[in-house]
Amino acid sequence: MAGKDVDSTEVLKAGSAAPSIKRRELVAGLVGLSGAAVAGSALSASTAPQRISLDPTRAPGASTSALGNRAGGEQPKRIPLGIISLTPLQDLHGTITPADLHFERHHAGIPAIEAAQHELLIHGMVERTLKFSLADLKRFPSVTRTCFLECSGNLFTNAPEQTTPQMLCGLTSQSEWTGVALSTLLREVGVRPGAKWLLAEGSDAAVMTRSIPIEKARDDALVVYAQNGEAIRPEQGYPLRLLLPGWEGNTSIKWLRRIEVADQSFMTREETSKYTDPLPDGTARQFSVVMDARSVITTPTYPQHIEKGWQEIRGLAWSGRGRITQVDVSIDAGRSWQPAVLQGPVLPKAHTRFTQPWHWDGQEAEIQSRAIDETGYVQPTAKQLLAVRGPGSVPYHLNPITAWRVAPSGEMFYRGDAWE
Amino acid sequence: MIRPYLQYLLPLALLTVAHNSVAQGKAEFGLGRVVSEAEIAAWDIDVMPDGRGLPPGSGTVAEGAEVYAQSCEQCHGAGGVGGHSGSLVGRLEGDQFPFANDPGIKKTIGNYWPYTTTIFDYIRRAMPADAPGSLSNGEVYGLVAWLLYRNEIVSSDTTLSADNLAEIRMPARDRFVPDDRRGGAVVR
Repeated sequence: MAGKDVDSTEVLKAGSAAPSIKRRELVAGLVGLSGAAVAGSALSASTAPQRISLDPTRAPGASTSALGNRAGGEQPKRIPLGIISLTPLQDLHGTITPADLHFERHHAGIPAIEAAQHELLIHGMVERTLKFSLADLKRFPSVTRTCFLECSGNLFTNAPEQTTPQMLCGLTSQSEWTGVALSTLLREVGVRPGAKWLLAEGSDAAVMTRSIPIEKARDDALVVYAQNGEAIRPEQGYPLRLLLPGWEGNTSIKWLRRIEVADQSFMTREETSKYTDPLPDGTARQFSVVMDARSVITTPTYPQHIEKGWQEIRGLAWSGRGRITQVDVSIDAGRSWQPAVLQGPVLPKAHTRFTQPWHWDGQEAEIQSRAIDETGYVQPTAKQLLAVRGPGSVPYHLNPITAWRVAPSGEMFYRGDAWE
Repeated sequence: MIRPYLQYLLPLALLTVAHNSVAQGKAEFGLGRVVSEAEIAAWDIDVMPDGRGLPPGSGTVAEGAEVYAQSCEQCHGAGGVGGHSGSLVGRLEGDQFPFANDPGIKKTIGNYWPYTTTIFDYIRRAMPADAPGSLSNGEVYGLVAWLLYRNEIVSSDTTLSADNLAEIRMPARDRFVPDDRRGGAVVR
């Protein structure tokens, strides 16, 4: 590369006259390697992202940097709405959600926590009441697991046809989480006979609490300190959160500071007056924490315009009860269904990417997807859900099949069901 | 008949003891630090449905009315009705439970909350939203008394404390049922 003729032309995004780069400047940039040399040259990393080269092979590119940035034209964003923010599902590929795009739901804001001061207390029906520092927790055997996390209030009911997947159900995200198995910590403190429930408590201003059955705690619960390879983001619970794979997001207590072991549930506000499901028979379903199987098409969807010919219908499917075994796609408003391709590896309690080729002939059409999980559960229609839950059983645990309509113009629209 | 069993019982008993010593007697990694009772008490603020965890102190309906006007009314409305953070007060005729069938009916403490202890626990840990943890235990007892009075669950001369709060039965107490969804073919 150093031997190449580098008398090249670049243009600034703004369209100003192009500076040329002489060979000696390039040599200074590549060989000098001093901060001053790099900063003083036309190769400055801070200015590079604004400069788009007509021919990137004719001029040296930007230098290295301490932190990477997204490409200038790629700016996926959450939609922040105060107490929630939604993941831009339509802008993402594969199954991992970049940590800065993970959805948020806070009940009293994001606390600022000094990690060095943060401790986790485990007490109650235990042999040894202990407090663990973050450093202590990182010394235990570590576990890494990829799974989805979904808010149980993840459906925009009665949404207009100008609705994106993000607005419709962007309160689901997926990360690779790392931490220590809660079962390991429970062995360390020694759970007494007769213990049946745990209370998990956060150190936010809501001092958020949920009761967790000890079976779940011993099964696959994790106390995690890392997300996608780095420390958890503040809005995801830094420096420590509970992670209950497959369960409604609220139970995965963020900013975790206390676990109390007890002989009964605590009947906290979030598991009584909230997150319960009234039923038409005059009861309310409680501790309905497992997220049933669901799917959503992420592209093509509103506000895309598509052209005649081949498209790939893409989406995500997931189940809190295990693996997705099949996703069906319909291109005729649910009259007929074809199994989609599942991109591996298909992990339990994890977002699974599905694809289906579609040759659009230019006629009005409606595309849908439905997930099936390893228990044989088939994602229901809105009509099925309304029949068993009633129109007032909102906003929790709604996972209906959703539809997208393409107009002859190629414009895509959400085609929602009336919920009330 | 007894002798053949004994051969098996004795080793089994020893094994059980050995297992328990691993499971309960000794920490595997020896991490973490021992905690004082005072440290536990500083964080251990939860109240259980049977009343365990209720602190000392007491409060009357009248005292609660004053605290409500001062700290709660701006979000939850005059008399506990109609505030932007939702009504806290309201009973339904015959204590019906029509929420699934009628989306227009709002859930309140009086028509939906199953336990009085939850009210105490939640107010003490999270309210008022702009200054959580700022109320005294007596003020929280008073607020619970006032909210129960406004919901026509206790009389106006009620004083609440750890002695009687958990005994009060909420109208919706028996409405809550365990999750019966199990996956499989049936939509529930």
